[in-house]
Amino acid sequence: MAQPTAELLVLSGEWTARGMDGLERALDKVQLAARTQASADATRLQALDSAGAWLLHRLLQRLRDQGAVVNLSGLRPEFGKLLAAVAQALAQQAGGPAAAAVPAPSALARIGQASAGAWEQALALLAFVGESALAFGHCMLRPSRWRWRAILYNIRSAGFDALPIVGLLSLMLGVVVAYQGADQLRRYGASIFVADLVGLSMLREFAPLITAIIVAGRSGAAYAAQIGTMAVTEEIDAMRTIGIAPVELLVLPKIIALVIALPLLTVFADVLGVFGGMLMAQVQLGVGYGEFLDRFVKAVSITAYLIGIGKAPVFAAIIVIVGCFQGFRTKGGADSVGRQTTRSVVQSIFLVIVADAAFSVAFSALKL
Amino acid sequence: MTDQAIPVIELKQVSTRFGDHVVHDGIDLTVEKGEIFALIGGSGSGKSTLLREMILLQQPDAGTIRVLGAELSALSDEQVLALRRRWGVMFQHGGLFGSLTVLENIGLPLREHSALGDGLIDDIAGWKLAMTGLQRDVGAQYPAQLSGGMLKRASLARALALDPELLFLDEPTAGLDPDSAAGVDALVRELRELFGLTIVMVTHDLDLLWQVADRVAVLADGKVQGVGSMAELALMQQPSIRKFFDGPRARAAQPQAGQAGAAAP
Repeated sequence: MAQPTAELLVLSGEWTARGMDGLERALDKVQLAARTQASADATRLQALDSAGAWLLHRLLQRLRDQGAVVNLSGLRPEFGKLLAAVAQALAQQAGGPAAAAVPAPSALARIGQASAGAWEQALALLAFVGESALAFGHCMLRPSRWRWRAILYNIRSAGFDALPIVGLLSLMLGVVVAYQGADQLRRYGASIFVADLVGLSMLREFAPLITAIIVAGRSGAAYAAQIGTMAVTEEIDAMRTIGIAPVELLVLPKIIALVIALPLLTVFADVLGVFGGMLMAQVQLGVGYGEFLDRFVKAVSITAYLIGIGKAPVFAAIIVIVGCFQGFRTKGGADSVGRQTTRSVVQSIFLVIVADAAFSVAFSALKL
Repeated sequence: MTDQAIPVIELKQVSTRFGDHVVHDGIDLTVEKGEIFALIGGSGSGKSTLLREMILLQQPDAGTIRVLGAELSALSDEQVLALRRRWGVMFQHGGLFGSLTVLENIGLPLREHSALGDGLIDDIAGWKLAMTGLQRDVGAQYPAQLSGGMLKRASLARALALDPELLFLDEPTAGLDPDSAAGVDALVRELRELFGLTIVMVTHDLDLLWQVADRVAVLADGKVQGVGSMAELALMQQPSIRKFFDGPRARAAQPQAGQAGAAAP
C-alpha cells in the first residue's frame, strides 16, 4: 500500500473501507522531517472511497502541519473530487461549534435522579389509579357504555386461555408441597395431616399467588406491549382526538375481565393443587383419596378458602393497572416498548407479593 | 469494477402474485450505470414490491433480476452479503435503529464491515451526516427525537456509509416540507456528481421527477407502461401515463422543470 522512501510516497492498491485493514495505523507511523520536499504518487491508486479519502486527507494534513511540503500527483480526477469534498467538509467542521461534552453525573446526582424518577413514577401511578377509578365511576352510571365484547374477549384471552398453564403449575406445586412434607409427617406418624398441609397452604397462599404471578407474566406483559405499541404508532393520540377516552376503551374492560377471571382461575388452581397433593399423599404416605378428602373437609375451613379467593380480585386490579400504566408511559420506539413491558412484569409481581404480605398481616391482626 | 456496458440492474419477465392478485406480469427493465432512475405508478401498482425484489427482501415468482452483474436468485450467502455491501437503501420511514444514536446508526455498516478505528468511523459518519445537510449535534440524538425530514436525511447518511455504487430510495421526499424536498432534489444530484452513483427511486413527487430523474418507468396493471425521460413520457398517450401529466399539480410542476431540463447537459 503506502511505501515511504526518503522523499517519495507511493500510494497504491484499494483505499476503501473494506480493503484497508491496518492501513490506518501504518499511516500514523509515516514521518517526514520539517521542510522536506516530498512528492506523493497516486498513479497506482486503484480505488478510493470516502474512508480512504478521509485517511489520505488526514495524512497529508498532518505532514503539512509538521512543516513538510507534499505534492500529490497522478490522482485520478474522480478521486480528486472526493478528496476536495473531504477537505471542504473538514474545513467546515473546524469552523462549526464543537459539540459540548456532557459530563457524566456524579454518584450523588445519579441517586438523586433515580429517587426523583421513582417519586414521579409513584405519583403518576397514583394519578392513573384515580383516572381509572373516575372512568369506572362514569361507566357505572351509564351501563350502556360497558364494552361487553372487549370484556368477554379479555376474559377468554387472560382467563380461559391460561387454564392449561395455571392448572399444570398448581398441580406440580401441590405435588411438591406434599412431597416435601411427607417425610416429616411420616416420622411423627402424622401422615394424615398432609391434608391440612396441602389444603391450607394451597388454598390460602400458593394458589392465589402462583395464579397471579403467571397471569402477570402472561397478560400483564401483553397489556403493556399492546398499549405501548399503540402509543408509539400514535393510536392513543388518535383515540383522544376522536373523543374516546383511552382509559375507558383500553383499561376498564381489562380490569373488569381480570377481576372476574382471576378468582375463577384461582379456584381452578385450588382444585388442581389439592389434587396434586392427594396424588402424592397416596404414593408417598399411603393415604387413600377417601381418607384424604375426609380429613380435608375437617381441616380446611371455608374462611381459608374464601381468603384465598378474596385476594385474587385485588391482585387482578394490580396486574391490569400496572401493565396499562407502563404501556401508557411508552415514549419513542421499539426499545421503549421492551423496557416498559419488562417494568410492568417486574413491578406487578413485586406489588402482588407486597399485597399478599399486607393481607397476611391484616388477617393475622383480625385473627382469621 | 462494473463494466460500463453491463447494466447495473436488469429485470427480465419478472412476475409476482399475492394469491390470486397479480402484482407484476412480465416486467422488463434496465437501469444503466450512473443514471437516476425513477419508478412511478399509482398506489398498489407494485413499485415498492419491485424495489423490495431488487434489494433481496422479497423474491419474484418468475423471471430473473440481475443487480451489479449478479443474478439474484442464484447467490450463495457470502455473495449476497458482498452484494449488499455494494448498495445502500433508504427506507420510507427511515428504518433507523431506535436504540442507537444517529451517529452510531450511520457508523454501524462501517463497524460491521471494515476494520477501521472507532475515531475514524465517527469522523466519517459525521461527514456523511453533514453531507446530508444535518447539524453535527443531531448525531448525538436518538431517532425518536428527530423530525420526519431529519429521519430521512439520517437514513440517507446511513445508506451512504459504505460508499455504495447503487442507491435505492423509497419515497425520498414523502412527508417533507417543500423546502426540505428541494434539498433532497439537490442532494441526490450532488451525490451522483461526487460518487458516480446509480440511483433507483420510488416516488410520487413530480418536482423530483422533473428535476432529477434521467429516466422514469411508469408501472400500471402489472406492466411497464412506458420508459423514458419525463419530457418523452409527456408525449405518450396511454391513460395510465397521462394522469401524471394532466392533473393540476402535474401542470404546476412541469414549466419550472423545463428550465432546469434545458440547463442540464
